[in-house]
Amino acid sequence: MSAQVPDAGAAVAGGVPAVAVEGLSRHFGSLKAVHEVTFAVRAGSRHAVIGPNGAGKSTLFALIAGALPATAGRVRLHGDDVTSLAEHARARRGLVRTFQHSSLFLSATARENVLLAVQRRHGVQGSPWRAVGRRRALLEEADEVLGQLHLLDRAGAAAGALSHGERRQLEVAVALATSPSVLLLDEPAAGMSPADTHAFQQIVLGLPQEVTVLLVEHDLDLVFGVADTVTVLHLGEHLITGEPAQVRASEAVQQAYLGAEDTSDLFLEEGP
Amino acid sequence: MSALQVRRSLLVGLVAFGLLMVPWVFGAFTVSTFTRALVFAVLAMAVNLLTGVAGMPTLGQAAYFGVGAYAGALVSIHWSELGVVQLVVATLAGVVAAVLTGPLAIRGRGVAFLMITLAIGEIGHSAAGRLDAVTGGTDGLSGIRPVVVLPGSEGLVNEGLIYYYVLVVAVLAYLGVGVLLRSPFGLTLRGLRDNEARLRAVGYRTDAYALGAYVYAGGLAALAGSLWASSQRFVAPGDMGFEIAALALLAVIVGGVGSMWGACLGAALVVFTRDYFGQIVSGHAPLLLGILFVLAVYLLPKGIAGGRAQWRSLFPAARAARTTGETT
Repeated sequence: MSAQVPDAGAAVAGGVPAVAVEGLSRHFGSLKAVHEVTFAVRAGSRHAVIGPNGAGKSTLFALIAGALPATAGRVRLHGDDVTSLAEHARARRGLVRTFQHSSLFLSATARENVLLAVQRRHGVQGSPWRAVGRRRALLEEADEVLGQLHLLDRAGAAAGALSHGERRQLEVAVALATSPSVLLLDEPAAGMSPADTHAFQQIVLGLPQEVTVLLVEHDLDLVFGVADTVTVLHLGEHLITGEPAQVRASEAVQQAYLGAEDTSDLFLEEGP
Repeated sequence: MSALQVRRSLLVGLVAFGLLMVPWVFGAFTVSTFTRALVFAVLAMAVNLLTGVAGMPTLGQAAYFGVGAYAGALVSIHWSELGVVQLVVATLAGVVAAVLTGPLAIRGRGVAFLMITLAIGEIGHSAAGRLDAVTGGTDGLSGIRPVVVLPGSEGLVNEGLIYYYVLVVAVLAYLGVGVLLRSPFGLTLRGLRDNEARLRAVGYRTDAYALGAYVYAGGLAALAGSLWASSQRFVAPGDMGFEIAALALLAVIVGGVGSMWGACLGAALVVFTRDYFGQIVSGHAPLLLGILFVLAVYLLPKGIAGGRAQWRSLFPAARAARTTGETT
């Protein structure tokens, strides 16, 4: 396999990458929203994709999740080519996304939101009757996930009645309840207060280690708070993939964000 | 048992008692109006399953209602007087019709779905008028024999007995839909209504479940059609026309989108407005239906079953009196 994947495969130590993107492109007419992007996400890592506005983050995210078809290139999940698979088929293989603007089942309760994911994983989503024993098992599992996301006391509330922060938590709970091997988080901190963002950071850090997390994010505090690997996109192209320290030090990244003229430190950290 | 449960079982008991008493209290015409209301309630449940539960508003269910009515009638004329046989064959005919046409309909959602179902309904209507050899054309299909409940017993001709036959089947259909709504599949359909994109993102092949709902609703509408054939003993293309489809949708809107008992109540209201009060004001039934629709949309936009908040806002005086009573 490594012979076919010289770039993505070789760059990652420790076996097959959870997600590998190879020469992935998406063009809208003459606009190259994403152009020949190649990088790999190590299994079990917390991998962030950042970039200034218009870098192509959202498009790349949609391509990996399967919401948009690629113009060229490939997406691999645990080594398997999933480029031609629809979004739901990728989800069934363990590649599950969240949405930037909370995308929930608003008239259903928080528990039912999670239950929808749990029953799909058990393959009973088409069952036309409710078996009592099975129902109990599904509910227990849903409540376990809700507890993990600190939502158990809100389980009976309609999703539409939850606060913004709670909805973000439920958003992750629904994805997590499918027991994904790769969790894609689309700008999870969008619209969050600093306190909410901090709480969310703790949630991401508390996710099971076997779940690979790939997040696309604007909020650099969150990114450098959770990520062990960072990929920077600029104008649709891959700029750099590396450890946070490496990315912070990169001059190309500084220029992408601030323009060539500005020499101020983008990643200036507050004093100790 | 909580107070709510007590109140609910009391209400169910009361409604059941009321429905059982109908043939003992009212005359033949009123009883037959109740029978039509029950048939219409089953059709309204089918419409509501798509419109209210799965979020796919439809104007095509009259086609499957018609398929069931003709299938039930043909079984009665050529094969068996047994009600069970007619119901099963009619339901299967509706299921087959929905399986064949459903993939076309579910390609669209929202208004597109509504328009495709409207087209399916119109095709069904004109097909029934043209296929003279099978349906009797625009003359309709008569000669339907009285329905027999148990082998060897006599056919039902008495209005009261026909009413009980339809009541039993309608109640079974209501319970069947209730089981479906509480099942994982029922939750899947509500998810489909709320957020199809998210459902896809957690791994659902959403079109399959939309088709599942469509087929179930088609079978249910056909079941209602068979009841229609047994109770009216005459089927004509008009029974599967646009008017029936529109009235079924009206019943769901009046009753409360998404609520099954609301849909049943809405169906009763529509049928009685058209056939009963329409008679009293001599032929102004469409006007009355129009008024009913306008009143429902203005006063109870969420329908009769749409929650207590809108009922309270209708009676501000009573509400004020009660709140002051509670505080003192």
